[in-house]
Amino acid sequence: MDYVVISFLCLGILLYFLLGGADFGAGIIELFTSTKNRSRTRKTMYQAIGPVWEANHMWLIIAIVILFVGFPHIYTTMSVYLHIPLLIMLIGIIARGTAFVFRHYDAIKDDMQWLYNRIFRYSSFVTPLFLGIIAGSVISGHIDPNAKDFSAAYIYSWLNWFSVSVGLFTVALCGFLAAIYLIGETEDDFDKRRFIKKAEYMNIAAVVFGAMVFIAAQLDKIPLIDWVFKNTVGLSAIILASLSLILLWYLLIKGKTKVLRILAGFQVTMILVAISYAHFPNFIRLKSGDTISLFESIGPEKTINSLGLALLLGSILILPFLGYLFYKFQKKEE
Amino acid sequence: MDDFLAARSQMALSLGFHIIFSCIGMVMPFFMAVSHYKWLKTNDEAYKNVTKAWSKGVAIFFATGAVSGTMLSFELGLLWPKFMEHAGPIFGMPFSLEGTAFFIEAIALGFFLYGWNKLNKWFHWFTGMVVGVSGLASGILVVAANSWMNSPAGFDFVGGKYINIDPIQAMLNKAWFSQALHMCLAAFTATGFAVAGVHALMILRNSNKDFHLKAFKIAAIFACIGALLQPLSGDISAKDVAKRQPAKLAAMEALYKTQKPAPLLIGGIVNEKDKTVKMAIEVPGALSFLAHGDFKSEVKGLDQIPENEHPPVAITHYAFQIMVGIGTLLLFVALIYFFTLFKKKSLTDKRWLLKLFVLAIPLGYIALEAGWVVTEVGRQPWIIYGIMRTKDAVTPMPGIAYSFYIFTAIYVSLSLIVTFLLYRQIKMVPVLYNQPTSKTPNQ
Repeated sequence: MDYVVISFLCLGILLYFLLGGADFGAGIIELFTSTKNRSRTRKTMYQAIGPVWEANHMWLIIAIVILFVGFPHIYTTMSVYLHIPLLIMLIGIIARGTAFVFRHYDAIKDDMQWLYNRIFRYSSFVTPLFLGIIAGSVISGHIDPNAKDFSAAYIYSWLNWFSVSVGLFTVALCGFLAAIYLIGETEDDFDKRRFIKKAEYMNIAAVVFGAMVFIAAQLDKIPLIDWVFKNTVGLSAIILASLSLILLWYLLIKGKTKVLRILAGFQVTMILVAISYAHFPNFIRLKSGDTISLFESIGPEKTINSLGLALLLGSILILPFLGYLFYKFQKKEE
Repeated sequence: MDDFLAARSQMALSLGFHIIFSCIGMVMPFFMAVSHYKWLKTNDEAYKNVTKAWSKGVAIFFATGAVSGTMLSFELGLLWPKFMEHAGPIFGMPFSLEGTAFFIEAIALGFFLYGWNKLNKWFHWFTGMVVGVSGLASGILVVAANSWMNSPAGFDFVGGKYINIDPIQAMLNKAWFSQALHMCLAAFTATGFAVAGVHALMILRNSNKDFHLKAFKIAAIFACIGALLQPLSGDISAKDVAKRQPAKLAAMEALYKTQKPAPLLIGGIVNEKDKTVKMAIEVPGALSFLAHGDFKSEVKGLDQIPENEHPPVAITHYAFQIMVGIGTLLLFVALIYFFTLFKKKSLTDKRWLLKLFVLAIPLGYIALEAGWVVTEVGRQPWIIYGIMRTKDAVTPMPGIAYSFYIFTAIYVSLSLIVTFLLYRQIKMVPVLYNQPTSKTPNQ
């Protein structure tokens, strides 16, 4: 059952990254769209993510519940030492979700829209940035339970070059996912070209920030290069990711739009695999060099068994229903 | 502000905010389902319009409830890491099931809100029903986690260690049934009265009478049935608390001395220093009856409980008075309403009754929050009753006061915006729904 629970944890994190990430990305795309095209972007985006966005964010809840039920030590270590970035991310989630709904359900469209739009766009940027910062901090080795002063314990645990680079890299990936997703959601040629342009920029940004992540890791003595390149799985994942990227741009030129999103999703999955595989099952790296591993911090047997059963039962109920939701609202209105 | 107080205030604020939104989110779908059903059966456009108008409210409340709920699942760890470290594996079961229920609710809501004219009409109705049922299930499950804090079960506490953990037994703790029942009825009553009251106000103003009258009737019937049943559930809860948490019951009634028989105190001013209550109305023997079903039985007072395990008496007592007082008031409103229905009198003639409903708009929620205060403050100083103290669970991170200020600002502004949005939705009812063949507004 341990493996069931851990698989669901990984699945939750992955799907939140892909689906929630594409969601955040849509806001990022809107942020980087010139003022005159913004309302067009908004319209496409609303049709694309309106029905599914709440469900996309449920994956975060699933992941966090698994963490606090099954791996309480990991959950509490993160919540104590990454309190501040978690808090900022939460504010982002609150602001973004409410602004998205408010701007649609405000019965009178007036100047308030300006406010909702601003909040939506900026929080779409800030939330994945901090999500990435948190992810980076977990493996950065800056978390220090023995820290003596406030900033060492609660600030530098996440405010360092590596974590911030991972944050920016995450933002670029989210934007990329969203741009690819949106290409398939519009029939209009002008919009299509705009989203392709956005995908190009986001791709370049991802490469630049990705390089930054490696440089920062090197400066910070984080063995990221070893994890990725001195490991068969990590290396093949990276090669597959690169190949899928080439294929993706080839198909884009050919005008195949729907299959792109699968490739983009695959590519991001491979990047996550490459970074985390060699590190697994260790979850948190502490400053002292110690690690907190998933297997060592797993909860008592009965808890894990019932959690695993609840997850299996839940997925029987959730997955078909969720699949139908995506299927039903993916088709174009005639 | 001291960190411990700030952490408690932030938690109280977050829960107090979330509870209203989630209650609306779990009750409104049932109102919608009724109205939707009536539309499908009678083809009366007004019912369709009521359903649509409500669904917009639900979308706003659901999203706000969902993000504040996400916030809470992190906040438990951010503020009370030592509690979560031990409690997580024990009381996590209802949370993992609740995750599923909540997920299904979000999917069903996606179908419901965007499914107009796209889905088979009965499947569409069914998805609306699923929103309600899974919402209600989430609520019941979350209460299981809270009731576990009041009535810890499913583990042995030996030498400071939590062993023999059994999450199923923890979920099926003794307080679950009475707390969940009381909470669900409260959700229906409070939301029902709030919704009915808003529509009553519009009827009084003579705008879109047919629309508002139909909406009013659906909400009012739920509210009034809830208000009738709530005292019975309250009685079950009182007897349960008397058995399990005598300190809480004593604080609710400000019973400083053990008495046999014990009187029920109505109102009064509590002096925590002198341990006295002034100016209360005493009903002899009534507390004995409520707690144990016997007018002559003994009720344990705070004098039998160590001083360092006393909950704050004044807050618990006042909150309890507010809850019971409002509950009684709403019970009377419900009785009058049923009498009117029974006599088949026209509602629009009874303007005073409609005005009564308008007055009741906030009352249900005030009672609900007061009840929440009773159960949470009445459990202090414990976070896990009899096992772990709240102050031992708080995060070591200093400066929580700042995060409390930030969240106060966020929650206050969210409440203001939501109120503002609802006001606009109601204001636009004539524009959006007046034409009999209104084209689908929005989207």
